[in-house]
This record gives sequence, structure tokens and C-alpha cells, in this order.
Amino acid sequence: MNEQSEGKNKNNRRQFLKNLGLIGTGAVAGGAAIYSGYRFEKSKDESGERIRVLTADNKLVEVDKSALKEITLDITELQKRGREGLPGHRWVMVIDLSRCRNARKCMEACQGAHQLRAEQHHINVLQMQDSPTTAPYYMPKPCQHCDNPPCVSVCPVDATFKRADGIVLIDNERCIGCRFCIAACPYSARVFNWFDPKDAELHKDQLYDVELNVPQKKGTISKCLFSADRLRVGKMPYCVSACPNGVYYFGDENEDAVTNGTTKETFRLSKLLRDNAGHLLMEELGTKPRVYYLPPKNRLFEFPDKNILDNEHHT
Amino acid sequence: MSEIKNEYIKLDKSAEQITTDLMRPVNLSIGFKAWMAFLIISLAVCIYAYTIQLNIGLGVTGLRDYVSWGMYIANFVFFVAASLIGMLIGAVLGLIGIKWITPLVRIAEIIAVAFAAVAGLVIISDMGRPERLPYVLMYGRIQSPILWDVTVVTTYLVMSLLLYFLPLIPDLAIGKDKLQGVPKIHKIIYNILSLNWVGSEEQIKIIHKSVRILLILIIPVAFAIHTVTSWLFAVTPRAGWDSTIFGPYFLSGAFVAGSAAVIIAMFFFQKNYKLKDYITDFHFDKMGKLLFLVSIVYFYFNLNEFLVPGYKLKQADAIHLQALFNGNWAKLFWATQIFGLILPLILLLFRKMRKAFPILIISIFVIAGAWLKRYIIVVPTQEHPYLPIQNVPDYFMGYTPTLIETAITAASIILVLIIITILSKFFPVIPIWETVHENKTDQKS
Repeated sequence: MNEQSEGKNKNNRRQFLKNLGLIGTGAVAGGAAIYSGYRFEKSKDESGERIRVLTADNKLVEVDKSALKEITLDITELQKRGREGLPGHRWVMVIDLSRCRNARKCMEACQGAHQLRAEQHHINVLQMQDSPTTAPYYMPKPCQHCDNPPCVSVCPVDATFKRADGIVLIDNERCIGCRFCIAACPYSARVFNWFDPKDAELHKDQLYDVELNVPQKKGTISKCLFSADRLRVGKMPYCVSACPNGVYYFGDENEDAVTNGTTKETFRLSKLLRDNAGHLLMEELGTKPRVYYLPPKNRLFEFPDKNILDNEHHT
Repeated sequence: MSEIKNEYIKLDKSAEQITTDLMRPVNLSIGFKAWMAFLIISLAVCIYAYTIQLNIGLGVTGLRDYVSWGMYIANFVFFVAASLIGMLIGAVLGLIGIKWITPLVRIAEIIAVAFAAVAGLVIISDMGRPERLPYVLMYGRIQSPILWDVTVVTTYLVMSLLLYFLPLIPDLAIGKDKLQGVPKIHKIIYNILSLNWVGSEEQIKIIHKSVRILLILIIPVAFAIHTVTSWLFAVTPRAGWDSTIFGPYFLSGAFVAGSAAVIIAMFFFQKNYKLKDYITDFHFDKMGKLLFLVSIVYFYFNLNEFLVPGYKLKQADAIHLQALFNGNWAKLFWATQIFGLILPLILLLFRKMRKAFPILIISIFVIAGAWLKRYIIVVPTQEHPYLPIQNVPDYFMGYTPTLIETAITAASIILVLIIITILSKFFPVIPIWETVHENKTDQKS
């Protein structure tokens, strides 16, 4: 009795599988027919015109014109490309302290581009004097875009992040305003929007670009971005272009080349640093900055206030 | 050795008498209502201050780009600190079998729950975008000490709540029959919360076991919450925060703040709830000795924290220490160290000073000092960054708390008082079941 019913079951199963196979084959054949029909219909749309396109990783490819789709720059796309960065580059800045005369054009250009208040500095030109017996000098101080950034380590929500191209950005759509990064940064490179940002009403409908960090947002951090938006279109950062005194060099460590923002002359980065004894700011903290300084030697101008050590924060 | 361990007050009372005594404060007296009304009105005023901050931004505080952490963070650290006393008294002293803590355990646990719960809230007042709080869970990065802090503070709060609630269950069962002069709803709540407790051997075993496990587990969690809180500062490269002993330094300081808080609470409960027979001079004396012990450990860490960098005087440390020792922070620094630590240490050596009233005064100084000490740890360091503060308005160089942020800070303290008041007024503040039980075994022996 049992055996019999088992045999019957087996038969049933075999029959079922057979049927399933038939249905499957039929479905695939039908699907293929529909698909080829679709392809045929679709091929009518193809213009036949081929276009060469340079991809983001520098490959030249050919595609049909009809396959091209313009990407609208919505917030999702801006955020995506802002976090990915510019592949293949390692941005680097060199600041020549012997040339800075405190013209402050860099500060102006920067504050204008990033919609900052007068007291908010992404780049700040500081009056420095290392010790009472040494000469004072001016030191422009942007974010150092550290390779070991303390600010990024402490951020609880990945609002500030390090890109593969070396830039440290801040996403004010993510920032919760805890200011742990301000506490952690030894270069005082970060500012906070304590109130509604400058001209908030004017910029309120502007699309947020993480590479420019505008519009600024109340209750979030802002900082120097190495003008990531300008680099994307092949231009030098705002501060670098604005300098009248040839203080800034900007370039790509991978190419070992930096270009002076004022004279547009290009130099070999390694040679420039070697010949001029380039150094990093507070290297001993292990932050691995991406901004190099050339020493303030042979300055051809007078420093206005020789006793700055007395009225500095130290006392 | 066992003699010292088992030292506690023997009550010359029947179980019936003890139950009545300890249940008596559980009622909604006029005094309680007036006190709660006062607290709630003050809280409402202070919450109005917070709405101003929400509208205008954190700019309503005295904080700016250089000193960007101030009173809120100092207050947060203080709250986390004060909450640790629940672990010290309940777990450390409890597990090594110290008997005199019986009437104090619940007070310590109430303080732990109140401060830990509000610590979680006050940190939100420091956020530039409080509505993004869920981001901490959604996008949390495990590298950030803030994540560690959120995790351990919530864990500690839940465990402290359990350690408050579990030993309360037998008392709730007693209370649902014995409570007098309270609204019906009060008894219903007691009935529900008592979870059908009948005092069977099985139930007693379960409670003992779970409390014991919690007591063991809460020790590392409590160590973690304050160590991690100290790391919010110690992981940064700033002079004054860049210290390797911040974990134990904060931890020892926490016990000082917490012990003082318990002594103050003991005094008010003894007076207002008429518990003179249960919280006695003997308990104040013991707590005085505990306060001395934790204070001398804290003093030792202070010595290390200031003397070692003070000897070397590396440039950045020198600037920081100069500001504390004889610069613009000197008055506050020395007042805090002398009146909040050194003087109490000397006074606590005398038996007379460990009596109820003198030790209350000492504890008020200690707890005020503990709060100010957090302020001195948080603020001055930020006034001396590595690079000079330039091209900003002059007031960016320092920090003065505004009225609004003081009010918001006051709100958090009021909230702590509300929680303490409610927990100690709706439920018996001294464990009834345990007191009766201990007294019984004592009379037998």
C-alpha cells in the first residue's frame, strides 16, 4: 500500500518536473522573442551617430549618441560626486611665507565664494613670530587637509570626510553640529554657523554643493575645501588665483607639479620643497598635512608691528 | 574583618513598625505639591530659553569658533560623573558585603538614574542641529568617541533603572496593601509594577540572582562611561586635554561628586521624610569616610595632572598652566581646588565634621567645586589653541556664558531634581523588605 502510493508520488513528481521544464522552455523562448522584437524596435531609435567620450578615469570610449543621457545636477548627484572626489589626483598646496605681505585678497575671495561672514575664515592670514628674537612674518593658514585628520576621526556621523584626492570636506546636510571637530583640530581651521548664515534669505533656494559648501547652514560646521568645485572644472582655488604676490602654489602630488597662482609658472614640487627647505605646520602632531610652507626668508618689506608677541594670545 | 564588614545599625523595631515608618513618606503632601509646582514653573521658564536657542541658533550662547564647548559640555561631564555613585555604593560596596549601605543603596541608585537620564538630554542642548540626533544611529561611525559615549551612557541608564526597579518589587508588593492616604491610581500602579510578587523562595532567588549579575556587569559599564567621557577631551592634541591619565582622573573625580550628592540627598530625606532612625549619624560618619577616601584618590590624580606638566613646562602646557595658576583663571582654579577638595579633605579627618549638618555643608562645597572643576577642565584649554586667535572680534578670545545658556543648564539641574523628587516620593526611598529581612536575621542571631 505504502510502496504503491510512494511510486505514485514519484510518478507525480516526475510528471510535474516534466511540465515545469516545458513551461520553462516555453517561457524562455517567448521571452527571447519579445526581447529580440524589442531590440529591433529599439534599434530604430539609434541614430547611428557615434560619439567619443572621455570617462572620469581618463579612458576614451565611443558610444552611440542616443545612449548619452545628460545627468541633471540634483542634490543626490552633487553629494555623490562630492564624496567620490577627482580620481587620480592628490591635491597639494605650497605657501611661500617669504612673499606674503598681508594683502588679504585670498581671504576676500574665499569669503565671497563661500558666503562667509566677516569673522568666518576658511583661510586666515596670521601674524606670526616664533620667538622674541626672531623676525615676525605673515602666515596664510587654510585647512591643512591632513592625511591623518583628527577632525575626521572624531566626527560621529561621517559629515566631515577625507577623499581619495586628499581633500577633507564637510557635508552640512549631515553635520549634527557637535563641534567635536573644532575641538580636535590643532590648526583652528574650522568655523561654525552660530546664527543664520550671511544673506541666508538670498541664498535659501540655491542647490547645496558639498564641494563649495554653499549655501551655508545654521548650526553646522564650515571649513576650507581646497575649492573642490574649482578643481573639478580645472581651475585653481579661489585664494590661489586671487593672490597678487605669488604666495601660493597649487598642484597635484601625483604629477609632482605645482603652479604658482599669480605667475602661472609651474614647478616640480619635490624640487621646490628641496631647494627652499619646505616644511609642514606642526608636523610633530602626526597629522600629515597636505599644505607645505616655504620659510619666511629674505623678506623685502617691513613688518608693521614688531612686538606682536606681546599682544598675542600667549599672554 | 567580618566584624567591620557587618557593621550596621540594629533596629529595635518590629517588621510592622519598620514598614509603617518607611511607607509614611509615600504620599502627596502639600509640601511635595508646592515643591513640584515650583520646579515645574522654573523648568517652563528655562525651556522657554531653549526655544530661543532653537530659533536663533547656538549663537545665543557665549560660545564661538575658538571656545566652542562651554557650560553645556561641562555640565554634561558633571552629570555623567555624579551618576557613577550608583555603581560605587550599590555594586562595589555591595558586592564586598558591606552592610551599612542598605538604607543608602536606593538613594544612590535614584541619583544614578536621574543624572544619567538627564546627561543624555543635556548633550542635545549642545547640538547645532538637534533634529539630526537620529543621524548618530543612522550614520554612526564607530571610530568616534561620541558613539562610544552614546552607547555606554544608554547602557548604564538602563542597568541603573533595573537596579533601581528590581529591589523595589518586594516593596511594591508590600505597598499595594499597606499604602494609606494615596489616590487609588497610586495603588494600581504599585499592583502592576509589583509583578505578582508573593515573596516565594523561587522569586527571591530570581531577584537575588539578577541583581547580582547586574551589579557585576555595571562595574565595567560605569568605568566605561566616564572613561569614554574623559576621552572626548583626551583624544585631542590640545594642551590641558592631551593627557594619558584623564580616564582615572575623571573616574576618581566622579566618585567625589557622587558621594557628595548622596550625602546631600541623605540629609534632606532624613529631615523631610523623618527617617532619623534609619539614616543616622553613623551613616553620615561612614559616608564621610567614603568621601574622604575618594577625595584623597582624586587629590592624588590632581597632583599628577598638574605637577608633572608643571615641572616640564613644555611651551603649550606652560601657557595653559600659567592661565590656571596665576593668570585669568587663577581665582576660580584655586577656589575650586581649596574649597572643593583640600579643605574638605582636612575637615573630614575630624569625627565632629562627619556629623549630619557639618558634612552637609562640606558636601555642598564639594559638589559646587566638582561642577566648577569640569568647567575649568573644559573651557581654559580652548582659549589657548596652537595658533594665535586673530582677525576675529575680541570676544572670540574668551568665553562668558550668557543668561540663556545658564537658564538651559539650570533646566537640566531642575529636571534632575524633578526625577529625584518623583522617585523618592512615589516609592519608598529606603528598601523596606531588605531592612525588615536584615533586622529579622539579626534578631535571630
